[in-house]
Amino acid sequence: MSASGKKIVVIDTGPLATVQDLGRSGYAHLGVPVSGGADRGSLTLANRLVGNPESAAVIETTMGGLRIRAHGDLLVAVTGARSDVRIDGSLAGTDAASTLHDNAELSIGLPSNGCRNYLAVRGGLDVDEVLGSRSTDTLSGLGPDPLRAEVELPVGTTTGAWPATLTAPVGGDAPDVVELEITDGPRRDHVRSPADLTRGIWEVSAESDRVGVRVDRPAGCDDPLVTHRADADELASEGVPHGAIQIPPSGRPVLFLADHPVTGGYPVIAVLTSSAVDHAAQLVAGNRVRFVPI
Amino acid sequence: MRELPAGHDAVVLDFGDEDRPLSAVGRAAAALREATESGALSVGDIVPTAHTVLVQAEPGAGLDMLGVHRALRGVSADDAPSAGDTAEIRIPVVYDGPDLHEVAEIVNTTPEDVIELHTATVWQVQFMGFAPGFGYLVPRDGGDHPFDQVGRRPEARTRVPSGAIAIAAGYSAVYPRTSPGGWQLLGHTSIPMWDETADPPARLAPGSMVRFVVDE
Repeated sequence: MSASGKKIVVIDTGPLATVQDLGRSGYAHLGVPVSGGADRGSLTLANRLVGNPESAAVIETTMGGLRIRAHGDLLVAVTGARSDVRIDGSLAGTDAASTLHDNAELSIGLPSNGCRNYLAVRGGLDVDEVLGSRSTDTLSGLGPDPLRAEVELPVGTTTGAWPATLTAPVGGDAPDVVELEITDGPRRDHVRSPADLTRGIWEVSAESDRVGVRVDRPAGCDDPLVTHRADADELASEGVPHGAIQIPPSGRPVLFLADHPVTGGYPVIAVLTSSAVDHAAQLVAGNRVRFVPI
Repeated sequence: MRELPAGHDAVVLDFGDEDRPLSAVGRAAAALREATESGALSVGDIVPTAHTVLVQAEPGAGLDMLGVHRALRGVSADDAPSAGDTAEIRIPVVYDGPDLHEVAEIVNTTPEDVIELHTATVWQVQFMGFAPGFGYLVPRDGGDHPFDQVGRRPEARTRVPSGAIAIAAGYSAVYPRTSPGGWQLLGHTSIPMWDETADPPARLAPGSMVRFVVDE
């Protein structure tokens, strides 16, 4: 029982629901990924809407499907992907704080745009910390197990000041092609033509998860993949920066997300800006992206 | 040392052109860690590997390059290793691995000689990755090593037990927990390599010296 006595009971999780905060930085040299919310901007917004510290633990969903029940009156907010959020069957707003009364049920539907939603509750989720974080790391298995039905999540008492606003509309229609801002990466000279990355558009493949988003050229597209230089020196494994765009031998870029490995041996030729990482975390299979150097 | 771009929040410091890159990397990482612990530099992670150090700030925070330069000032190119680098971590091994005989064949020697080669070599953690607490160990003295000819297994095992001692592609390692793995297994140790409740959680760290000893 948490200090608040309140809790969330999971009824259904959808494809993958995990507890996430801002992750466990400081251990990468020991082989520990940072992990944490894949879309950090949406995670911190959800926390601000319920008056939590930005780093409080929340639920991250993947393609909706979450249903939870409140034990005790809770203040909650859902951010991230465009999804129908319902409280006891009635539509409730996203990007806004709502009261979830004792025994009420909240559900998050299949997103019409985006991939991941963030459900924050005032007080934060009070599950056990591992190395200073409550995040589930899907690559290394650190932190709590992914959620499953009937799991009870205690609600903590760590709160900040009441928020100045209870709504923060996040706007706009989904663009046909998502533009992702990048800067140069450390190993541009290991591919034949780094400019091939920014040429034309790429399509998100289904083999994408919290470790990374894989992209390929759309069917029928003549633009090239990004090929390794045959004469480049073999690259020793080195640290992988956040937002790294790595080029495996296939030439199909991988956009690393929160659970990326800490070291890798394929060349990183570009790095997403931190807000572009958040956008990348909302991509689903079939979405089209363009890389924009800044 | 070259500075390679890695976004607004990170930089890769490349020591590949130095005579002894791993030593230069170790000194730079130590200086950066000291600056972080004293509060002079605020970064999230410092990741030393064979040739480079990744300095990573929190996402969106921006990297304090002046602070990085300040921390590296005075780190000379040819410092002697510090005392901390020379303390050896001794790992007792029961050499009962399923690949011991195959490795002996590859190296063209006997299993007893493989054990002798493995225990006579002083190993050093070049970098960590693959799993929490998994250190990639290389012979400290560099140069050619008979194990260099030993590659990965053609097919990875789906389950390598925690504590397994392995070699492949010039590296040796201890599997910190049960996981898939494609390296050649020489034996096992019963001492834990990873404990997430301990501080630090990993027995090894980049630069650690390791000596394997026969567990009698």
